[in-house]
Amino acid sequence: MRFSFAILAGTYILIVMAENLNCSYCNKPATVHLTQIVNNKIIKVDLCESCAQAKGVTDTDGYSLTDLLSKTNLSPEKGEPQITCPDCGLNTADFRRTGRLGCATCYHNFVPLLKPVLEDMHAGTAHKGKIPDVALSRQNSMAKLNSLENALHRAISEEAYEDAARFRDEIQAYKEHVESEAVQS
Amino acid sequence: MIESLLKADNAELTQSTKKGAPVVLSTRVRLARNLVDVPFPERASNSQRSDVMTRCADQIGELTQMKHGAFFDIAELSDLERQVLVERHLISRELCESQSGSGVFINKDQTCSIMINEEDHLRIQFLKAGFSLRSVWKQIDRFDSSLENDLDLAFSSEFGYLTACPTNLGTGLRASVMLHLPGLVISEHMDKIIRAVNQLGITVRGLFGEGSDATGHVFQISNQQTLGESEGEIMARLGSVFKTIIDHEINARFKYIEKNRARLLDQIGRAFGALQNAHVINSNEAMNLLSLMRLAVDLEMLPEVNRSDVDRLFIECQPGHIQYAAGEGIEPDARDLCRADILREEFFRLPALDFDKVNKLV
Repeated sequence: MRFSFAILAGTYILIVMAENLNCSYCNKPATVHLTQIVNNKIIKVDLCESCAQAKGVTDTDGYSLTDLLSKTNLSPEKGEPQITCPDCGLNTADFRRTGRLGCATCYHNFVPLLKPVLEDMHAGTAHKGKIPDVALSRQNSMAKLNSLENALHRAISEEAYEDAARFRDEIQAYKEHVESEAVQS
Repeated sequence: MIESLLKADNAELTQSTKKGAPVVLSTRVRLARNLVDVPFPERASNSQRSDVMTRCADQIGELTQMKHGAFFDIAELSDLERQVLVERHLISRELCESQSGSGVFINKDQTCSIMINEEDHLRIQFLKAGFSLRSVWKQIDRFDSSLENDLDLAFSSEFGYLTACPTNLGTGLRASVMLHLPGLVISEHMDKIIRAVNQLGITVRGLFGEGSDATGHVFQISNQQTLGESEGEIMARLGSVFKTIIDHEINARFKYIEKNRARLLDQIGRAFGALQNAHVINSNEAMNLLSLMRLAVDLEMLPEVNRSDVDRLFIECQPGHIQYAAGEGIEPDARDLCRADILREEFFRLPALDFDKVNKLV
């Protein structure tokens, strides 16, 4: 039975126990046991001395157990999906190691791994706050114009001139519509 | 390079002419934002990082809120200059250690700083002396909305603002209040408060030290969660926790004075004596002595106008500021001499402590 004390940054209750638990990382006997309450759920982690050092748990400069859990592969689910982001190349192992995502596209692709993390971390998993209306409507209208212009080019190259004329008019009408809205706002 | 910031005569936290309030030092709100079309800073290439920096710096520089503001490329600052900015909470330690292509915009009165290529492309921070979550939120919301006019931000209707770390996802909002809690520390109630507050999703951290016995008795309370609640809900919860903590602090002070009046007056008196006469003071000791002086102002033993002096010294007695003032990188031993010189001069100007005020309180 070993005891180890570390005074940690307020956010945890440190429990020094007599139970023989093994380190969640390396299976050596654990000497540091952390408990934190997040969203009324109790999260427990047991660490041996060297892993506690390595994970910075004894670093007293404000440390959140949620961060530790999110940054590490504490309980790798067997056969979890192996995902690689087509935009930035981040993969499942990267995500488990760093707890961070690589780009905006990752948030589409990593949903299966992300959802459980978010449930433990936050008050909910759906955004209820501010929405950047201006930027979104600009992005939407750019996307719409792009698709119309692509259709126009395709129609021209296929010599479908009636379609091309229709797309050209739609593009013109859409541009006028966007401009008149901009003037009004 | 940062000379003009330190010499500025209207900096919110160091040159404030406001009287300040008991218990609360300052309020700050930060938003994490990213551009939609570039990987987050950690996974971006050097050329992508510098592209983000140029794009953001150009846009930010044109905003009216940033008129007369200054932009600093982190790579061009010395270690000491970076440390001074960290001590003023204008940049984070993470930004200091970042690779090339990181920078910060700081407005004229230092109430706003925007870090570029920290953990996220943009970290926008607004702060104010005293407690004012609502007005700080209004300012930062307006600023954020004007950025959105020109920059396409990473946002999803399901998850909100997308951030490198899922801990900031959604609102990207971290609201925090700095509190001076000597009553709760001395009466040993701080652990209980920290535990109770944690269950409400609020984090308490020592500002200068750690744990429940933070140096200078200064703590920061902030929201842990950013997703699943609106900005208003997050700040309302923080605000109500803030009010409860203030009530407990005031209570703890009165109880302590009732039971230990002579002891408290002795501590304050000795601290004042030390600040007026000591010749060697390290930064921990300075923080703890200054804490007692802030308490003395709250108890009306010193004039209320001196509260902002104490708050300024909390910042100016940090190691980086002492070295910067000395004009060269000096060793810790020499710093302790400089610090004591500054404090002696400051406290020599103050009137004597008015002990009768406390006698009348009880």
